[in-house]
Amino acid sequence: MTDIGFTSQGIAPRRTDTRSVAAKARLKARYRSNTRFRWYGISALAIASAFLVILITDIFTKGMPAFWQHSIVADVAVTEDIVDPDGKRDPSAILGADYMALARTALAAAVPGIEGRTQKKQLNDLLSSGAADELRTEVAAHPEMIGKTVKANFLLSDTADLYLKGDGTPIINSAPSLGTATPSATAGEITVLTTDTDFAAALVEVKKDIQSKAAALSAEADRLQRLNSGTTADRIAELRKDAKSLEARLSNPNSEEVLDGKIASHLVEINGGLVKVTKLASSVVTGDVLIPLKSTEAAAPGQWQLITYATPETDRSISDRGVAFLEHLRSNGHVEKQFNWRFFTAGDSREAELAGVRGAIVGSLLTLFVTMIICLPIGVLAAIYLEQFAPKNRLTDLIDININNLAAVPSIVFGLLGLAVFLNFFGLPRSAPLVGGLVLALLVLPTIIITSRAALRAVPPSVQEAALGIGASKQQAIFHHVLPLAMPGIMTGTIIGMAHALGETAPLLMIGMVAFIVDVPKGFTESATVLPVQIYLWSDLPEPAFQSKTAAAIIVLLTVLFVMNGAAIWLRKKFERRW
Amino acid sequence: MPALYLAATVLLVMAGFFVSRGRAIAVGGAKLSQLHSLPVYHGLYTAALVLVPMLLVYAIGTPVVGWLAEHNALSNFPSESITDPLARSTLLREITNLIAGVTSGESSEATRSAAVSFTETHVLGQRVILATGIVVGFAAGFWGTNKVALRFRARDRFEYIVQVLLFLCAAIAVLTTFGILFSVAGESYRFFFDPAIIGRPGVFDFLFGTEWNPQAAMRADQGEIATAYGFIPLLAGTLLITVIAILVAGPLGLLSAIYLAEFASPKVRAIFKPVLEILAGIPTVVLGFFAALTVAPLLRGAGETIGLDIASESALAAGLVMGMMIIPFISSLSDDVINAVPQAMRDGAYALGATQAETIRQVVLPAALPGIVAAFMLAISRAIGETMIVVMAAGLAANLTLNPLHAVTTITVQIKTILVGDQEFDSAKTLAAFALGLVLFFITLFLNYIALRIVRKYQEQYD
Repeated sequence: MTDIGFTSQGIAPRRTDTRSVAAKARLKARYRSNTRFRWYGISALAIASAFLVILITDIFTKGMPAFWQHSIVADVAVTEDIVDPDGKRDPSAILGADYMALARTALAAAVPGIEGRTQKKQLNDLLSSGAADELRTEVAAHPEMIGKTVKANFLLSDTADLYLKGDGTPIINSAPSLGTATPSATAGEITVLTTDTDFAAALVEVKKDIQSKAAALSAEADRLQRLNSGTTADRIAELRKDAKSLEARLSNPNSEEVLDGKIASHLVEINGGLVKVTKLASSVVTGDVLIPLKSTEAAAPGQWQLITYATPETDRSISDRGVAFLEHLRSNGHVEKQFNWRFFTAGDSREAELAGVRGAIVGSLLTLFVTMIICLPIGVLAAIYLEQFAPKNRLTDLIDININNLAAVPSIVFGLLGLAVFLNFFGLPRSAPLVGGLVLALLVLPTIIITSRAALRAVPPSVQEAALGIGASKQQAIFHHVLPLAMPGIMTGTIIGMAHALGETAPLLMIGMVAFIVDVPKGFTESATVLPVQIYLWSDLPEPAFQSKTAAAIIVLLTVLFVMNGAAIWLRKKFERRW
Repeated sequence: MPALYLAATVLLVMAGFFVSRGRAIAVGGAKLSQLHSLPVYHGLYTAALVLVPMLLVYAIGTPVVGWLAEHNALSNFPSESITDPLARSTLLREITNLIAGVTSGESSEATRSAAVSFTETHVLGQRVILATGIVVGFAAGFWGTNKVALRFRARDRFEYIVQVLLFLCAAIAVLTTFGILFSVAGESYRFFFDPAIIGRPGVFDFLFGTEWNPQAAMRADQGEIATAYGFIPLLAGTLLITVIAILVAGPLGLLSAIYLAEFASPKVRAIFKPVLEILAGIPTVVLGFFAALTVAPLLRGAGETIGLDIASESALAAGLVMGMMIIPFISSLSDDVINAVPQAMRDGAYALGATQAETIRQVVLPAALPGIVAAFMLAISRAIGETMIVVMAAGLAANLTLNPLHAVTTITVQIKTILVGDQEFDSAKTLAAFALGLVLFFITLFLNYIALRIVRKYQEQYD
């Protein structure tokens, strides 16, 4: 009322300025700020999603190759004097025979002409130490194979496998040769003379390479000098000296170059053999024969060529000779790529190519079984008590707060509890799925209680009241009517809790589930490991092949988790009722 | 033997159930409605009466028999070898090995006779347990069956038993907390005050020491090994990584929550909510692998190109990935509290002409602030207690530094490092892990408790 009085007395009403240029600019700025704020939100979501995408892509690109494996297919003579020298066809004697010898013989037949201990060893190193396992089981199952020549698969070692998966070196074939080349011998250290300057281009490349190496060394020396941390003075001097010596080699552009493992490897392919170049000049090379030549005849232009393995030998895990052997085997059709079933059927191993996740998966299943058996009934019953029966007093309040707190206690603390109580006090066995399951049950119990309570609360009270109204006791009303209606929600919560338990690692490390266990566990009290712990153990190993295995195990774990969470969502969607 | 006992229990329980139920049906006769309780409740009541004492007999009997068997077995040896706990456990192991048939070399006469008396006592004890169980079960079943009558309130009795069971289940959660407290606190007490532990620090040295260098003296004759149990470098490392994680996850999580709660259409929500849930469901060992093998080398490489020396186990890599881990945590909790702000408050702001962003910043966020603070506290507690990411991506050396490019170690990493592998339960080194666990438990308990209090208070405010 008073306002009207004021205006009637002629005082101008306070009006908001909305039309002036300044006001319009202000409004625009406010709208802009609104849009900006919106975009902050969008970018935050985008970053989080991008992280997820990068993470999953990274894991998949690292892990997918591990699902395939290369092996050598070769004819092998299953000779009686090796497999069954007694001729009694005793199964245990057949199983105990030295099948690796057969594998080596077959491999030597596939790469002929290899002489000398070291060369032979390098060839045999391509095979996995379990290469002959497949043949062994096959022969043991079919003793009639003895004495025959059969086609067999021999698993390659992890380095050879990695090379064939492309983790080796790009191979560059040089331009067609122009001159006629003459090798001096078929094996050992030989020279190859050509009538043209076929090697001049390669020589230039090598010199360039050396130059950039020298520059890199100087740059590193400069960087260390700038950092100037005192202790590096020797290192700087050393770097400078190396750079100087490299530069000295460049002074004469036509001088011959000695090739070492630090620059790209050059090889001459001639007369069916392969020569690794050690000394390179524009029309003559000196080198070691990797694969023996068929003859010392002169090769016409275009009939021989220079090959480059672009990655220097010291920068890869496989030697030039290994590459040469594998390329030879590959071009002759001896290499085969197969799905790596062993990954799912084998236990852990020290050899990357033999290691599998079967033991870990079985361990995880046993552990989760114990967890489920313990925490589902206890969790649901506790939830029913707290939601329906508990009197509102201090004690229930304490239990309530306590459960919420327990849900946020770090998982490693549960591991300490398991170590002190289950292992030390009750004397249960270390590394056993039983103890792991108990610890995980305590860990996920709060989650299950909380979600079960929410599911019970979501059932409208009218359901219970109707049951009570026709004379049911409270327990009858709950167990016959409320609980079945809450079951989908409880199952969803349980599955999510189990998924959580499946991915948990830290508490299981505490109770000793980190041992190296080859055998697949058969019982709840045997030593076992679980999938996440297996991932942790493999990630710690230095071999690059295990990195890929780790990522593959992660893919398995993520797939299982994805299926579990998908099932939870499906359950929720299918049985969800809006009241 | 356990299988036999189990079979006997199952048989008696089932017998009790069916006999009582049958009897109730007979008593009820043609008019079953005259019974106070349904026949099935009479059956269940008797079954419970049989089951509970039989389980009790087994649960009490087994340890007693075990103790008696040990006692009898050890009475074959001179008393001085029994009082020494170490010799005692060695003897017991020899005996059990002998019984299991895994013996190395010739066993002594005393051991053999001990094994014999052990087995004898054990077998006898098991038989006594079984007999007692069956007698008790029969008695209880007989008693229960005799109780069946028209007016007998079997349902009330049975429901009382069920209610006790429900309470016991709820109490297990409390027992877990006590279990944690007593086990961890007990070992921590030994760490600080047990005079038999060599190299134990004082409480003050532990809490405020700036050097961490646990070494276990393997044998007494190794003499003094310089050890230091200063907690500060671990705390600093933990906090450094936590701060980095919160710097990453705080803005990202909060902004995501605001966008999802206030701006996003239901369609966008339906896409991005699951994305965040998937992120939340990724096991930390996977994130650790990613941090150690992808993020850390990437950071190191990036550092080299711009002339920075980044350790390959830098706090930055672990912190970044841990931040990613707690984004969904912050965002889902903040989402909840933002949604709980009454719509009327937003409507009021819009009516005054505020833009959406202004409404959020000046009305919604202040109203939701306590809940958001609680979300951050829970996230911090999660980050402090996280183990696998730091185990795989952070270092082991306890450097006291605030430089995120250097390697630091954390409380959880040290616990894991100390306790994985063989442990001697009487060394200060092993017990130190429990002291660290105790500190970790209390830090996180404190943060959780405060956060939950805030959330509760806040819920009451708007309900």
